[in-house]
Amino acid sequence: MNDDIALTDLEHDALTELVNIGVSRAASSLRKMIGEEVLLSVPSIELMAPHNAARLIGERETDELVAVQQQFEGAFSGRALLIFPEATSLDLVRAIIGSDVPFDQIADMEHEALAETGNIILNGCLATMANMLKRSLNISLPEVIRGDGARLFTLPHERPDEGLVLFLYINFSIRNRNIRGYIAMLMDLPSLAALKELIAGFIERVIGDEA
Amino acid sequence: MATTVLIVDDSKLARIVAGKTLAALQPEWDRIEAGNAHDALEILRERKIDVAMIDFNMPDKDGLELAAELRAIHPTMPIAVITANIQDEVIARAREVNATFVSKPLTEDGLRGFISGAALRLRSDGA
Repeated sequence: MNDDIALTDLEHDALTELVNIGVSRAASSLRKMIGEEVLLSVPSIELMAPHNAARLIGERETDELVAVQQQFEGAFSGRALLIFPEATSLDLVRAIIGSDVPFDQIADMEHEALAETGNIILNGCLATMANMLKRSLNISLPEVIRGDGARLFTLPHERPDEGLVLFLYINFSIRNRNIRGYIAMLMDLPSLAALKELIAGFIERVIGDEA
Repeated sequence: MATTVLIVDDSKLARIVAGKTLAALQPEWDRIEAGNAHDALEILRERKIDVAMIDFNMPDKDGLELAAELRAIHPTMPIAVITANIQDEVIARAREVNATFVSKPLTEDGLRGFISGAALRLRSDGA
């Protein structure tokens, strides 16, 4: 693997911790919207090809997926996705807007509610990471996309068999509800090199000469 | 007698930060680290631990489960659960086992209250 982008153990550790803090805070915001505890896994971070990331999610979810996507740009760039199995997505919307709303209205509001949820979770997570790395990120408006893993993890102009992405993966579920989903972040190699440098700076700041 | 603090976090970086923050507040206290709940329990069986600082989100056994087990063995030990996850349920579970909730990222200011309280309790237990 290219030495410019391979993370050292401590850098990998630091990135996991940054993401963990970002997602934990974001989960607290989601909890406020839903009124039930949001359970999170420990983030897993791996460098892999987009089609492998798609396969990974395909192994766990056979149904169609719905995702809220936000692009981020700045010192490092990429895409963050909040992903749900399609069947879960309406349950999530119902959890947010309340069970007394008629079903047809829930379906009408699905798109908007998903976009807003994605916005809160992904923005919260990205903003925490950006703050801790002392860089600002421009975050696009949320966009709802549907399809399988391959559709979510590759864009029309990207070739699924090309290059590597940093695939960052957390699964979450909601207590007392049949709702589960994933948060994924994809970055290309130049962004990864930039991120590696920022992480090194972050480690230097927080632990100083004890490294 | 020396005070020993057990720091439990699956992240090495977080353990270094916790150790450094603690050293700034209580330079005399000894620190010992564990990377998961299993190792932490092993250490607790082997030696005297006075204070525990535990990360919440860890693989296998999470920090609140570990805190509950620890509390059963050591009814008065000062225990902090450290996390960025400020959901009501997490805070409530920390309270249930009489652990102090400390937020991540860890800072001297954030940890000060817990450490002062722990120092007081250890002193009164020793008296």
